Amino acid sequence: MIRIGSDIIIHLKESIIIAFEGIASNKMRALLTMLGIIIGIGSVIAIVTVGRALSDSVSSSMSKLGATNILVALQNKNTVDTGVNFLSGSLVKSDLISDEMVAEYTIRFQDSIEAVSLSNISGAGQVREGRNYANITFMGTNVGYEIANNIRILSGRFVRDNDLKTRQYVAVVSDKLVNNLFPDSPDCLGKEIKVDLSGDVQTFTIIGVYKYEPPMTATGVSASERELRTYMYVPITTLNFITSADEGYLAITVNTKSNIDIAAFSKRTQDFFNSYYEKNPKFEVSAISMDSMLTIVNDVMGTLSIAVAIIAGISLIVGGIGIMNIMLVSVTERTREIGMRKALGARNLSVQIQFIVEAVIVSSTGGLVGVLLGAALGYVGSTLLGYPKFPELGIVFISFLFSMVIGVFFGFYPANKAATLEPVEALRYE
Amino acid sequence: MDCKIDMQKITKSFSMGKRKRIEVLHGINLSVKSGEFISIVGQSGSGKTTLMNIIGGLDCPTSGRYLLEGVDIGNLNGNQLSDIRNRKIGFVFQTFNLIPRSSALRNVELPMLYAGLGDAERKERARELLFMFGLGNRVNHLPNELSGGQKQRVAIARSIANDPAIILADEPTGALDTKTGRMVMDIFHKLHEKQNKTIVLITHNERLADETERILTIEDGYFIDEKIT
Ligand SMILES: Nc1ncnc2c1ncn2[C@@H]1O[C@H](COP(=O)(O)OP(=O)(O)O)[C@@H](O)[C@H]1O
Ligand SMILES: [Mg+2]
Repeated sequence: MIRIGSDIIIHLKESIIIAFEGIASNKMRALLTMLGIIIGIGSVIAIVTVGRALSDSVSSSMSKLGATNILVALQNKNTVDTGVNFLSGSLVKSDLISDEMVAEYTIRFQDSIEAVSLSNISGAGQVREGRNYANITFMGTNVGYEIANNIRILSGRFVRDNDLKTRQYVAVVSDKLVNNLFPDSPDCLGKEIKVDLSGDVQTFTIIGVYKYEPPMTATGVSASERELRTYMYVPITTLNFITSADEGYLAITVNTKSNIDIAAFSKRTQDFFNSYYEKNPKFEVSAISMDSMLTIVNDVMGTLSIAVAIIAGISLIVGGIGIMNIMLVSVTERTREIGMRKALGARNLSVQIQFIVEAVIVSSTGGLVGVLLGAALGYVGSTLLGYPKFPELGIVFISFLFSMVIGVFFGFYPANKAATLEPVEALRYE
Repeated sequence: MDCKIDMQKITKSFSMGKRKRIEVLHGINLSVKSGEFISIVGQSGSGKTTLMNIIGGLDCPTSGRYLLEGVDIGNLNGNQLSDIRNRKIGFVFQTFNLIPRSSALRNVELPMLYAGLGDAERKERARELLFMFGLGNRVNHLPNELSGGQKQRVAIARSIANDPAIILADEPTGALDTKTGRMVMDIFHKLHEKQNKTIVLITHNERLADETERILTIEDGYFIDEKIT
């Protein structure tokens, strides 16, 4: 019929007014009806937003590892490769990655390796000079550490092979430490400093100053400049001597030449080190590159997304059924009204549109609340991860559209029921 | 004068349960001329409302022939009947049947909305009608904020919104006190005299029926008496 087109437009506006009158007159019921949709849409928006922050945070810590670096680390045998492993079981010296293995490895693969970075953290300490002091974390390193970790030397030099061989008491300190310790005479190369390592005071000579880089994932409150704790690099052999630590490493970082296939080389590195661990009952070695870590993270994210999609899907279906239920109740409650509208000349289509619009308004209001709630939760969650994010417009739009589709789908049956009521029967309804 | 309503041997039966059917109207003949004001009286359960539903195109007769302004109602589908009710008939009920969540204004707008009139046009006419019935200061009130007499005046305003030729009123004063009932009755007289509406009034009230041009008495689905006043 010719009138149908204009019917829809006229009745759309009217139906929207009527629907809002209905929602306003029964707010609690409307809210409960919307709950499923709110939860469904909200959780999708929140998780997607937090997920983006998570992948940002992962890739930034990945990029700290560096695109050309391979992390070689001990892990328990028979662990599922999730990228994050905690060692369990007691560890003895013979389990650690030894200097001999590293030396052998370095020679075998010299064409592919730029440097091997060794490091060992011994803990917190403090440096004093007159009334001034600076907080440090004591770290033993080798030459490769500078390359693998992109240390920027401002003056002097980094730890060298010779320092390691002869266990020199030399230190590379941060520019921040220099500021705190020698505010008046910044040229401090060659100066001797006294380092207090929980009561044990040792004297080191400063051989280099590096540029302090604040950590990318700023968690918690950052300390004041005065209290800032920076790394103090010393030869790893010196550190091991002082702390009488075992010689050997839980993990080493390999910096590869940039023209090699890093995935394949990771595999070969892992195979090489594992040849030493064939007989070891508890431990083996895993070698992962940024590439393979990203793959793992993406896999985890993918699984997470599927889980979220399933949860959201279920709550949206439940929400949709809730809407259908409430619309059926509404049709029954308003049977007389429907009869009267028909007596006044409403066509089936007009009644149908009215009830579908009502369902869509309930569901899309729920969708809107869900989007806002999800955005708020996502913002809070992503801020906690250090990467504040709002949901992307695309996903907001799709979610909102989807909530409307739910309204149409689940509102269709009740609306059809209303539309096909016989006017006399509807008017007789008590 | 032409015939507005022309009914021949109209019967109506309802099915009760599986096999039982009861006949409520048994061969009603009724013709109402254009501009006539008639009343139908009868006891409760005699079939008055059933007859009015058929006259108004809300229900279809089981058998018989019904011409409304010359159009055979029996051949029309649901949407066509909707259009007939929309343009040709104005209903007034005992229980007012206003849409509870809509204001007086929006109630009066409804028939015009379904007729496809534009927003501004609808609002203007609805306002005009409410003013005409002395409800100018009640335009935005909800039905439950109005008295019985006011509600019925809104309902009457709504019934004539599309300027229908026929008004069907089913015990319109039944829920009102004598004074307000009187006021409503005066409105019908005015609509009859000034606008030449054809009015079928169903009532229990003999005194009000006496004011109409013709009184038909129905009993158990038969017309048993016709009195021209
Ligand atoms: N839909 C229906 N189904 C069954 N019986 C009905 C139906 N509508 C009306 N009736 C019966 O028809 C008879 C006439 O009813 P009605 O026309 O409402 O009477 P009145 O309006 O004169 O009081 C009553 O006995 C009533 O029970
Ligand atoms: Mg009745």
